[in-house]
Amino acid sequence: MTDSASRRDFLKGAGAAAAASTLPLSMVKLAFADPAQDFTFAYISDSHIQHIKGNEFVRNWDRGLIRAVAETNLLRPKPDFVMFGGDLAQLGTKAELDHGAEMLSKLNYETHMVMGEHDYYLDLGEYWSRLFGDQHYSFDHKGVHFVVLNSILTFDEWTHERWPTPEQRMLEMAALDNPNGSPFMVGEKQREWLRQDLEKVDKKTPLVVFSHSPIQKIYKGWNFWTDDAEEVQALLKPFDKATVIYGHVHQIQYNQIGNIAFHAVMATAWPWPYPESYAQAEQHMPVLTVPMNRADPFFERDATGWQFIDVATGRVAMDYNLYNNTNRRVAFDATKGHPVDTAYQAEADRIPPQDHY
Amino acid sequence: MNGFRIALLLTAGLTLAAGAMAGDADAPPLGLPPVPIPEANPQTPEKIALGDKLFDDKRFSSTGEVACATCHDPKKAFTDSPLQVSEGIEKDGKKLTGTRNAPTVVNAAYMTTQFWDGRSPSLEDQALHPPVNPVEMGLPSHEPILEIVRTDPEYVEAFKAVFGKTGDQITMDEVTKAIGAFERTKVSGDSPFDRYFYGGEKDALTDAQRRGFDLYVNKGRCVSCHVIEQTQAIFTDGRFHNVGVGINDIQDEIPTLAGEYIDAGITGEDVDIEVLGDKRSSELGRFAVTTSFDGLGAFKTPTLRNVAVTAPYMHDGSKKTLRDVVVHYNNGGVTNEGDPVNDFLSGGIRPLDLTEDEIDDLVAFMDALTSPEFAGLPKSLGLEEK
Repeated sequence: MTDSASRRDFLKGAGAAAAASTLPLSMVKLAFADPAQDFTFAYISDSHIQHIKGNEFVRNWDRGLIRAVAETNLLRPKPDFVMFGGDLAQLGTKAELDHGAEMLSKLNYETHMVMGEHDYYLDLGEYWSRLFGDQHYSFDHKGVHFVVLNSILTFDEWTHERWPTPEQRMLEMAALDNPNGSPFMVGEKQREWLRQDLEKVDKKTPLVVFSHSPIQKIYKGWNFWTDDAEEVQALLKPFDKATVIYGHVHQIQYNQIGNIAFHAVMATAWPWPYPESYAQAEQHMPVLTVPMNRADPFFERDATGWQFIDVATGRVAMDYNLYNNTNRRVAFDATKGHPVDTAYQAEADRIPPQDHY
Repeated sequence: MNGFRIALLLTAGLTLAAGAMAGDADAPPLGLPPVPIPEANPQTPEKIALGDKLFDDKRFSSTGEVACATCHDPKKAFTDSPLQVSEGIEKDGKKLTGTRNAPTVVNAAYMTTQFWDGRSPSLEDQALHPPVNPVEMGLPSHEPILEIVRTDPEYVEAFKAVFGKTGDQITMDEVTKAIGAFERTKVSGDSPFDRYFYGGEKDALTDAQRRGFDLYVNKGRCVSCHVIEQTQAIFTDGRFHNVGVGINDIQDEIPTLAGEYIDAGITGEDVDIEVLGDKRSSELGRFAVTTSFDGLGAFKTPTLRNVAVTAPYMHDGSKKTLRDVVVHYNNGGVTNEGDPVNDFLSGGIRPLDLTEDEIDDLVAFMDALTSPEFAGLPKSLGLEEK
């Protein structure tokens, strides 16, 4: 019954239903003052493409990125662009970055890249930059100023003088709770660039900053942390509306510090933390020291996902597309002045937003 | 998990009544929980008998040749085996066909949604759709059915006795309640597996079946979706998974097709007509109901009870034998090793690395899930071909 008659009926239906079209992901646009400036973009992050040997890559991580890319291409309405939030690769090799870039090339949209530590610490971002360009930059889109930072830098001595090989440097930075590790930072030079970049921007312009690590301090042992977070925040403080969106943490987080709203994005690879029960067979994850329940260890995509983001009057609403799970929306609430997890937690159960360290 | 399910059923206004299967038995068969009976549709012997009669009535089709029992034949474990997809009314000398393999009615009473894509929430609602689907029973509306049940003397008497209603008081609500009540009696356990696992009969399974059971819960990962619990086994999680069947054939078309489908805003009865009338729309699976990406190419986990006698397999009937099915899963969601995996494959599906002998053992295990009343039917294991 693939005859043309039924196809015609189907397409005829398409025109008739256009007025009452339904959106995927149960998205509801919030009411905002100036809808002309509203737009959307998608955010994919932390795919950790990992080379085993020869043509072999970790299948699970490949499937995560492939699926996020394919689904992003189906979005209606179409996003204006796509962000990739860093850690495309696991150990920063050409093989991993090339393989990841190949998969990202299937995106039907303009894509902006953020540097992650797993992309960086083998060759200090050299090959990544050849593929994707600048490690920090800014751009304007529909009245919003976007800034991309490389937030995973650290002390020069650690980077350049401490390790006998680039491979060991990469592995040391990839390890969690590693006494040989070093805290992430944006660094003085890049902060000065940021200061100059923001100097030119009207403080009423909505500002959205993308970084790999949180520009706030959560947990140092896993580098859920940026050492000069306060200095960077000080540069964002003069803006009426500032938002920081970061990867690295592989989980939903949100916070409000002064005028700055913080949102984390999901990984396509694995959830942090993940439980010991997942480790039934040979696997390629870094050793984890704090196990925690994963909803369903059977489903490799469970607790991973990607996001679709509404930007309305300069504030963001994150739609988390979660596999094998209920999608979630964390949206900035203008009356409350901070991001609100719209369905997940009862009001009384929420942890108050942090306004100081 | 089960506690959660029960809680859900209760909030939906259902009660679980032990021994509710009037007609067949006082208690559920070995390996099965009590049948969930909706509060609004209690079982009575008269209602069940009426449902049975309605289930068999060919007059509820435009040609007078197709009944519920045509595709859900009691003599074929309530399927139309060995048809790949179901045949409906005849048009221009040819039987019209749908896009999907008829699922068995047996144990459908335990399903939390009906149809392969779960587009119907209950047995009662499910029964509304095939009569008015153009490729199934082909009626323009439910009116012809109501006309018959309001005038046929046997029906007039039965509806009055069961529901206390006559004439225009009889609606599709009463018709589908009777059919649902009948279908809730079609439950079946007591398989060799049930006797082995729940009955303590160590010899009920062969060596190969016992090895297959171990593979089923461990290396084969089957149990994660086809659930077996400590006291009962319905063999489904009631969820929807893209396992690489059907959608693998239309991979390149998904971006266009999914977009068209979202834009078309197809809902309600139109979903039923679209997915059974168009093969490509059918392969969108659960997505056609929810337009959620997680449902792309995803279909409901079917029960495995009596699976040996209900060939062919999968939502599209594309696998002839149980061995074909296991090979597909062993390849990680592709029928031929090396074929492209679809982008939306469910996260639980991955290559299993089963040996040929292990595949055979898994098939042998599934052969142990047949209830005694269906044990005489032809099987489609695929073991003899090797």
